[in-house]
Amino acid sequence: MNVTRRGFLKLTASGIGATSVAALGFSHRRALADVRLFKLTQTSETRNTCPYCSVGCGVIVYGLGDRAKNARTNIVHLEGDPDHPVNRGTLCPKGASLLDFVNSPSRLRFPEYRAPGTSEWKRVSWEFAFDRIARLMKEDRDRNFVAKNAKGQTVNRWTSTAFLAASASSNEAGYIFQKVVRALGGVCFDNQARV
Amino acid sequence: MTNDWVDIKNADVILVMGGNPAEAHPCGFKWVIEAKVKKKARLVVVDPRFTRTASVADLYAPIRPGTDIAFLGGVIRFLLAGDKIHLDYVKAYTNAPFLINPSCVFEDGLFTGYDGEKRRYDKSTWIYQTDKDGYARVDPTLSDPNCVFQRMKKHYERYTPEMVERVCGTPKDKFLKVCELVASTGVPHRTMTSLYALGWTQHSVGSQNIRSIAMIQLLLGNMGMSGGGVNALRGHSNIQGLTDLGLLSNSLPGYLTLPNDDDEQLKTYLERRTLKPLRPGQLSYWSNYPKFFVSLMKSWYGAAATKENDFAYSYLPKVDAPYDVLRVVELMSQGKVNGYVCQGFNALASFPDKPKVAAGLARLKYLVVIDPLATETSEFWQNYGEFNDVDPAKIETEVFRLPSSCFAEEDGSLVSSARWLQWHWKAAEPPGEAKGDPEIVGELFSRIRQLYAKDGGAFADPILKLTWSYRITSSPHPEELAREYNGQALADVPDPKQPGAFLARAGEQLATFAVLQADGTTACGCWIFAGCYTPAGNQMARRDNADPSGLGIFPAWSWAWPANRRILYNRASCDPHGTPYDPSRKLIWWNGQKWVGNDVPDFKVDSAPAEGMDPFIMNAEGVARLWAPAMAEGPFPEHYEPFDTPLPKNPFGKALNNPAARVFPGDAKAFGKPDEFPCVATTYRLTEHFHFWTKHARIPAVLQPQAFVELSEGLARKKGLKSGDLVVVKSKRGSLKAKALVTRRLPTLVIEGKEVEVVGLPIHWGFTGQTKKGFLTNTLTPPVGDANIQTPEYKAFLVSVEKA
Repeated sequence: MNVTRRGFLKLTASGIGATSVAALGFSHRRALADVRLFKLTQTSETRNTCPYCSVGCGVIVYGLGDRAKNARTNIVHLEGDPDHPVNRGTLCPKGASLLDFVNSPSRLRFPEYRAPGTSEWKRVSWEFAFDRIARLMKEDRDRNFVAKNAKGQTVNRWTSTAFLAASASSNEAGYIFQKVVRALGGVCFDNQARV
Repeated sequence: MTNDWVDIKNADVILVMGGNPAEAHPCGFKWVIEAKVKKKARLVVVDPRFTRTASVADLYAPIRPGTDIAFLGGVIRFLLAGDKIHLDYVKAYTNAPFLINPSCVFEDGLFTGYDGEKRRYDKSTWIYQTDKDGYARVDPTLSDPNCVFQRMKKHYERYTPEMVERVCGTPKDKFLKVCELVASTGVPHRTMTSLYALGWTQHSVGSQNIRSIAMIQLLLGNMGMSGGGVNALRGHSNIQGLTDLGLLSNSLPGYLTLPNDDDEQLKTYLERRTLKPLRPGQLSYWSNYPKFFVSLMKSWYGAAATKENDFAYSYLPKVDAPYDVLRVVELMSQGKVNGYVCQGFNALASFPDKPKVAAGLARLKYLVVIDPLATETSEFWQNYGEFNDVDPAKIETEVFRLPSSCFAEEDGSLVSSARWLQWHWKAAEPPGEAKGDPEIVGELFSRIRQLYAKDGGAFADPILKLTWSYRITSSPHPEELAREYNGQALADVPDPKQPGAFLARAGEQLATFAVLQADGTTACGCWIFAGCYTPAGNQMARRDNADPSGLGIFPAWSWAWPANRRILYNRASCDPHGTPYDPSRKLIWWNGQKWVGNDVPDFKVDSAPAEGMDPFIMNAEGVARLWAPAMAEGPFPEHYEPFDTPLPKNPFGKALNNPAARVFPGDAKAFGKPDEFPCVATTYRLTEHFHFWTKHARIPAVLQPQAFVELSEGLARKKGLKSGDLVVVKSKRGSLKAKALVTRRLPTLVIEGKEVEVVGLPIHWGFTGQTKKGFLTNTLTPPVGDANIQTPEYKAFLVSVEKA
C-alpha cells in the first residue's frame, strides 16, 4: 500500500491518529515517524543574564553534560527565561543569538604576546604573561609614582599607567579591580560608563 | 533608572527623547507597548531620525542633533507660562521657593563668575540666601524675584516656540503638540515617564540635557511616582554596577569620591562631604558620609586602618584633575602614559578621534588587553589596509592579550538599568586557557605584591597591607567578593535605642547600611550594596517573581540598591500629609505610626508627616533642585551649540559652545566649520548589533553585514547618490567609507532659515570579526566631552558626504 504525503496528511487530518497508522499495515515506517527525542532533554539548565544592554533579561543556558567532575560542559543552546519578570522569556535578535557569541571564532583561547616592532602574535604561557606584566607595572610605578605634589602635599598617585574596566564584567570583577587599582595608587581609571 | 522596566506600564505618557529603546532595548520596550495597549498611554518620540521607536509613536517630532536644551527649555517655558505645573508638589518638594543670592545673574549667555582663560566658573555667588542659623531662606508664595521659581521663569522666557523652531528645526505645531501631551501629566493622577539613553548624554551639554528633563518631571510632580521618573536606559549590561562601584577616575564605591590634593587631612576630606541640612528638620543623608567611608577603608585595609592613622587615609591616591579617558588619551599623546591595562573595553573603537587614540597607543611602552574577544584595541598595531593604516615596524609597544571568560562561564552579579543586582551562574568552562576576570586581576596583583614584599619599592604599604583573605590567594571567588562588598560587622554593634541589644554581632554579614559605623567596627566595600548578601544569604540570587501589588515591583526577585527599593524618591508619591497622590498606584503611605507600603520607603520610616521632613533625603535641602549650582556651566540649563556646529552664532546668547567644556590646547583646531563640513552627523546602534561585540557573532554578522550611512532623500539628490553607492564621509578628524542608505527616515531640517541635512552613522563595524571589514566610526567624532563628566560628543558633529 502506497501512501503519498498528501494522502498521509488526509488520513491523519480525518482523525486517524499516529498510533493507528501502524494498524494500516506499514509498521516498518513507524521508527521513522517516531517522535525525536527533544534536543534539550539531556542538557543541564543554568540561569544567567544577557550580557548586552541593560534591560537585564534572564536567559537560560543549556549545556550538554550532567556536570560530572571530569566532563566538560558544552553550551548548545540559550533562550529567554520565561519566569523573568522583565523579559518574560523573550530575547531580541542579539540575545537570541548569544550562542554565537559564546562560540565565536574570535574568542581568545590562550595568552598572546606582540613584541615591539613586530607584526605578529606569539602564543605565550600565563606564567610568562603574568611575570612580564607584573614587572613592567612595578618598574613603571616605582619610576613615576608621585608621593608629593609641587606644593609638598601628600598625594600618593600613579598616573603613568592607566586602567580601563569593562562594561559587562560582573560586580565582583569590578570590585576587585577597583580595590587593586586604588591600592596601587591608580587614578587614570574609567569604565565604559564614561563614554 | 529612578523607576524600573516593568513600571513603564504604569505611565500615561511616555517621552522617548535621546534614545531609541525599540532598537537598543527591545525587551524593555515591550513595557511601553504594554502601557499603550492596556492603559491607552501615549508615546511621544523626539529624535533626529524617524526611528523604530518613532514608528509606533502617537506623536513624532524631529529635532536637530545637539539642540535638546532648546527644546526642553521651550517645554519648561510652556509649562510655566501656562500654569500647567503640579503647583503643590513644586512648592513642597522642590527648591522653587528658595531665595538665590541676588548677585548671581545671567547675562548674554553666561552666569556670573566666568573666567574665559580657564574656561571655568567661579561659583562663589551661586548660593542661596541664608538666615542667621545658616539655613536657606525661602519664600513659600514663590513671588520674590530672587526665588528659584521666578528666576527660572525669567531664564526660560526666551525659549519661545518660534525659537525652538529656528534652532531645533522642529515645526512649531509639532512642538506645541508635544508640550500639550507632556503638560497633561501635571496633575496628581497622571504621570509621564522619560526614557533616554546616550542620545542625551553624548553631548558637550549632556549633563544639562538630563537636568532639563529632571526639572520638567519635578514641575509636573512625576518624580517618585509609579509610572514616572527620569529613566536612563544604560547602554551595557553592567556599566550601572561598575559606576556604582566607583570605577571612574575620581570615584570610590557607592558614590564616595577620591580626595583632592587639598583634602590633606581625613578631617577636612570628611567635613567637605558630610553635608549638613540646609533647612530645619531635614535628614541630609550624606551626613552619614564618615560611616560609609570608614567602613570602606576597614574593608580594604582591615587591621591596618586604625583610628590613629586616620583609617589609612594616606593610602588612597589624591587627584589634582579629572583623569577621564579624554585626558588619558591627551597624556598618552604627550608621552606621559607608559602603560594601559584595558579590561573588556575596546578603547580604539570607543574613544573619540580614533587617529589621536591610535597615535597615543603607539607611544605606550606596554598595553595589556583582557578580553574574551579579539578587539581592535588589541590589534591597533596591525596593518588592516585603509581600515587601520599603520606600520607595525614603527610601533614599539609591547602588547599582551589575555583571554577572559564570558558571562556564561562565570558566577557573579550584574546591575541592570533598574538597579537590580541579578546573580548569574556559571554554565561551562571558558574556552582553551581563558580565565575569569577576578582570577586574572587577582593573580596579577599577587605577583606585584610578591615583588614589593621581596624587593620593596615606591610606597609599598597600601599594596602590602591590602586585605586579601581569599581562600585561593590568586583567585578570589565571586561569592567571597560579594560578601566583602556587602560588608560585615567587625565587632558587636550595639543598638542605641535598646540597651543590651545589638544591630549586628561581630563577624556577621550586614543586613543594611543603616548599621554602618564611623568608628571602625564595621567593614563595607560598597555601602549602597549593603543588604545584597545578608545573614540570610545571597539576596541577588532570589528568583521569586510574585508581584503582590500588581505595580510591577517584584520585591523578591533579585535585589535592588539601595535597600531593595524599586522606585527612588517614593516618599514624593504622597502629599505632605502622607497620603498617596494617586490612590490607584500607591507605592507607600503613612499608617499613623510609620511609613509602609508596596515598596521600601525612601524615607526615615518613623518620621511623621507633621515633623516636616522633605522627601529628597539625599539633598541637604531636603527637596529636589530646579536650580543646581553644582553644575559646571550654570545652575539652569542653557542652550549652547555643539562644538561642531552648522551655525555661525548661538541664537540664544553670546557664548557659542559650552563655555565650561574642557578643550585641550592641541585640540582647538580639531573642530569643523560648516563651509567645509555642511552636514550634521549623529551616531547610533542598530537592533541587530551590540556595540563592537556582535560583529564577532555569526547571526548578527549575517543580519547586518556591512557598514552603511543613512542619508536623506534631499541630500542624495543634491549629491547624485542612490542606495548602495559607496560614499566618503569626512570630518575635521578623519574620513571613512561606507555604503549609502537613502531613506525618508531622515528629514531635511530648516535651521535659521537654511536647509540642514542630518547624516546617520551606525557604529558597529571595525576591522576584526565576522562582518565585512569597516571603518571605526569614531574616526570622525570630536575630542571634546561634557563639561561636568567628560562624556564625549558623539551625537552631534559636522561631516561632508561625497560619492567615493
